Amino acid sequence: MIRIEPRDVNSAMFSYGVPILSAVVALILASIPLWLAGAPVLISYVEMAKGVFGSKFAFSEMLTRATPLMFTGLAAALAFRAKLWNIGAEGQLYLGAIAAVAIGTGYIEAPAFILLPLIIAFGCAAGSAGMVVPAILKTRYGADEVVTTLLLNFIIIIFLQYMLEGPLKDPMGLGWPQSSPILDQGMLPPLMERMRVHSGLIIAIVCALIAQFMLARSVWGFKLRAVGENVFAARHAGIKVNRTILGAAAISGALAGMAGVSEVAGLKGYLTSDLSPGFGYAGIIVAMLAGLSPIGVVISALFIASVFVGADSMSRAMGVSSYLADLVVSTSLLCVLIGGFFSRFKLVRTNLEGKN
Amino acid sequence: MIEIFQILLTESFWAASLRIATPLIFGVLGALICEKSGVLNLGIEGIFVAGAMAGWMAVWLGTGLWGGVVVAAIAGGFFGLIHAILTVTLGLSQHVSGLGVTLFATSVSYFSYRTALPKVSSPPRIEPFRPLEIPILSELPFIGTVLFQQTALTWLALFMVGLVWYVMNRTGLGVAIKAVGDNPNSVDAQGLSVYGLRIGAIVVGSALMALGGAFLTMSAFDAFFFGMVNGRGWICIALVIFASWKPGKALLGALLFGAFDALQVRMQTEVGAKVPSQVFLAAPYVLSIVALVIAARRAEYPRALLTPWFKGQR
Repeated sequence: MIRIEPRDVNSAMFSYGVPILSAVVALILASIPLWLAGAPVLISYVEMAKGVFGSKFAFSEMLTRATPLMFTGLAAALAFRAKLWNIGAEGQLYLGAIAAVAIGTGYIEAPAFILLPLIIAFGCAAGSAGMVVPAILKTRYGADEVVTTLLLNFIIIIFLQYMLEGPLKDPMGLGWPQSSPILDQGMLPPLMERMRVHSGLIIAIVCALIAQFMLARSVWGFKLRAVGENVFAARHAGIKVNRTILGAAAISGALAGMAGVSEVAGLKGYLTSDLSPGFGYAGIIVAMLAGLSPIGVVISALFIASVFVGADSMSRAMGVSSYLADLVVSTSLLCVLIGGFFSRFKLVRTNLEGKN
Repeated sequence: MIEIFQILLTESFWAASLRIATPLIFGVLGALICEKSGVLNLGIEGIFVAGAMAGWMAVWLGTGLWGGVVVAAIAGGFFGLIHAILTVTLGLSQHVSGLGVTLFATSVSYFSYRTALPKVSSPPRIEPFRPLEIPILSELPFIGTVLFQQTALTWLALFMVGLVWYVMNRTGLGVAIKAVGDNPNSVDAQGLSVYGLRIGAIVVGSALMALGGAFLTMSAFDAFFFGMVNGRGWICIALVIFASWKPGKALLGALLFGAFDALQVRMQTEVGAKVPSQVFLAAPYVLSIVALVIAARRAEYPRALLTPWFKGQR
């Protein structure tokens, strides 16, 4: 017989080792679909690495892709810490982007130092509202936020299509469903010349640092963790549970909204309905790989972005479907879940009576 | 208002309602079995995709339609087994594990489809299930068109409602599944395997979910498209709460939903000029949220839902 027992100490080796090991295992497992697709496995991996580290441009593309993942990863990590299952980052991202475009395409004419903060504030507020609504439905009516946030994603994307065909449609867009471009002074400044990587990356890293500090050191962070670990104990200790959940929802939604602002005002300049190839959902994986630690989110976003960018360039070179990237990323989530189990529990061999 | 009544009187409206409800019936029944055993299965959306892809692919490779149905069910059971190992054997978070299974099943399906058919621009078609015409009954004026011109998979779905009701309420197995979702310790004390019951329930439930996906590619349409599941799985998760985990109410919920969806499509053509089409497109999702909010307060969740159980730990 084998019995499951909790480990006495949660060692640092496990909390850092498990995510790294999971990422490596997922990358190794990718050789199976590569082999099945008939691609030379080793060369494919080399192509993948070249796609990320092969040139300065490739590396900057990876950083560009990591930026929205950091925001959505932080959105998921903070909410999950409070056991608030925000699966709606995809929709909240689009709410942020819609708000950014609504403010930034000429509705308000102002210099950069006024317009840019306004765009960010409105984008975050819109994303925030997108999470506060399901959080209220949860705290007041007991409606499961997993289902409501998932369904809201679909509703918001339909709303986006309406906005792009109607009120936000670019009159100069030759009939395409896209918004007008954001004014130049409303754009996030680029970081490097002739590269697409922009200052959204800096904002994301600063957000991660602040979140890390607030979570570990502030009363707010303490309450949030307490609610996440044991609602009953938290309530008993006099913490206003519903208010804490709503606060976490507001911050989480704002971060997801910021992902949309950063994509539209940092990268694309205008809004289309394919702004995000699932950044919201990938953010959940980023957060889980990071063990829900904000600083960890920065690192795991870099990893996930590398997989996406590397697999994209590999798929062009080798003719393997780029869905391989999604396969690697989702496998790494399953691996980190299994790894998380072994870092918290150990298997003990027992005799038939179940004694040690 | 007159238009609505006119729509409600047409045969095609009721036939469409039942057709739209069919995948949801499979999905809600599958989710019901999983949740009754105490495990939330958010893998449902991905399992729908896997069922749709695997069933279609099997038929396209020449297994025949019923062969495709079996392959879809096996694919669903396989991804269900992954969820079962993660949540039952290892006792991991059912939320995160389910989402992981959805992402995994979706990417496996998309990758396999693209790898098998790398260069197709328009998806290849199969010969889907035909309406099952029953000699005299199909000739009946109203009922004939609504009921007796549905495909075999719709009949299978309706049969499954009865079967699941019978197993859950009239057999020892059903009692055991419900008990394991309410109080696993009592089941363990009876000498039954909590692990076995839960894993079995998840695998069977997931196989049923996959049939919902298979209906899409083998009956509703005749090809596989990316993004064709489009949130149907999540709608099932909302409907199962609305149905308070009862097979009969699950059928009712799915039919109401199907009727509403069929109505919105027809309303769109009636009043399309005045109201933006997106209002109608969003309606099913809004309706699901409203149904969830109404049902959530009085819902009697299986008491051990979301709680992992380990042998020898009380």
